[in-house]
Amino acid sequence: MTSQLTELFERGLDAPICLTWELTYACNLACVHCLSSSGRRDPGELTTAECESVIDTLQRMQVFYVNIGGGEPTVRPDFWHLVEYSTAHQVGVKFSTNGVKIDAEAARWLAASDYVDVQISLDGATAEVNDAVRGPGSYETARRAMGHLTAAGFRGFKLSVVVTRHNIPQLGQFRRIADEHGAQLRLTRLRPSGRGADAWPSLHPTADQQRELYDWLCEHGERVLTGDSFFHLSPYGKPLPGLNMCGAGRVVCLIDPVGDVYACPFAIHENFLAGSVRQPGGFAAVWRDAPLFAALREPQTGGACRSCGHYDSCRGGCMAAKFFTGLPLDGPDPECVRGYGEAALATADRRPPPPRPGADHSHRPVPVTIGRRPPRRACDQDPLVGH
Amino acid sequence: MTGGFDLDRPWRLDERVAVRPEPFGALLYHFGTRQLSFLKSPTVLTVVRALADQPSARAACAQAGVREGELAAYAKALAVLAESKMISERTVP
Repeated sequence: MTSQLTELFERGLDAPICLTWELTYACNLACVHCLSSSGRRDPGELTTAECESVIDTLQRMQVFYVNIGGGEPTVRPDFWHLVEYSTAHQVGVKFSTNGVKIDAEAARWLAASDYVDVQISLDGATAEVNDAVRGPGSYETARRAMGHLTAAGFRGFKLSVVVTRHNIPQLGQFRRIADEHGAQLRLTRLRPSGRGADAWPSLHPTADQQRELYDWLCEHGERVLTGDSFFHLSPYGKPLPGLNMCGAGRVVCLIDPVGDVYACPFAIHENFLAGSVRQPGGFAAVWRDAPLFAALREPQTGGACRSCGHYDSCRGGCMAAKFFTGLPLDGPDPECVRGYGEAALATADRRPPPPRPGADHSHRPVPVTIGRRPPRRACDQDPLVGH
Repeated sequence: MTGGFDLDRPWRLDERVAVRPEPFGALLYHFGTRQLSFLKSPTVLTVVRALADQPSARAACAQAGVREGELAAYAKALAVLAESKMISERTVP
């Protein structure tokens, strides 16, 4: 893509190119790096009718496809209905799943549709590396789902990997697994968002590994999808394939399960909340008129990074990565390849703690009580009194 | 042949391609290959939309107001679209 086009994108588009829609906070897994802190369903999640109305809006805006995620979207009882409704309204669907509901029958249904694409999440090429992040049994679940898709003749589904300190040595293995299934490898950056805020310090790639990743992408990147994940690595040399800018509010945004619209999937926090699909005018009005999006489409100043000779290639990096590590938004990315991020983080340690994600739906350990609790007072009859 | 693209053949936009006009030109999305493409000016968009109704790509360019000296650049843009299967040769009955 030419730099000229990047400049046009920076002013925003009439509708997003890449819209992420998280359908539910419910999830059968509890990945340590979950960007939306998912686990339990939120009682305020959009109803089926509200979801259909969002799809109608996307059709009017000519959004080509939505990236559906969660949570685990397939656990919503109306998931398959919404996929059908969407494709019937010329809005293609790519959905991310851990594979839990992709059995042989679902795989055949998916393979029969031109307008549905599937991303299977796998964060280790071996069960050992994957399950340490995604939980016991999750490797088997994902591999079984991939097997079903391949057997059903689904070509070109995506094997989606969040790059971590532990799986960077496995990049070649991931590509082999993808090739064996006629699938395409998709690599994305680990962000300190959601539960990832706690996992990030021990999981994010080391400086040496970032260089290794850059070199690997230069060699193999043409066949690997990366979205706008790795533009912060551009100062190593030539820009990588993919979108070399932050798309937040310009070409990308997030609709969360309760209909709130955020600038990007990695920024679930009130500072990046643009509005709600439930407000008058719906999603179209939020995309067009939200003051937050207008601000993101203005030329950015670059702040402390402006004097760095590499600012034009990395653009200061990822907004969400800075925010959730407590760094100023107009300063270096925490993984700045020139090392300015590490220096800034060392200073940030002395400042107030980084902001926490706006919503947490993590599974909580439920204390088990054997037998009936005695009433607090003699006249308390309802066992829920006091809760 | 200009730039590896035959301007004198009839072409058309693939039926699985969706077109969204944008201030800079347009976005194209191919539902079959799941690839995104960009048309970098409104004139290219006019050319692409005219393809199906014109006997040749050259005629579509002329109708869109493309001058002789600009033809090579448009042929190059069309070649990229043909490469990514966004447009394909039409068989004339």
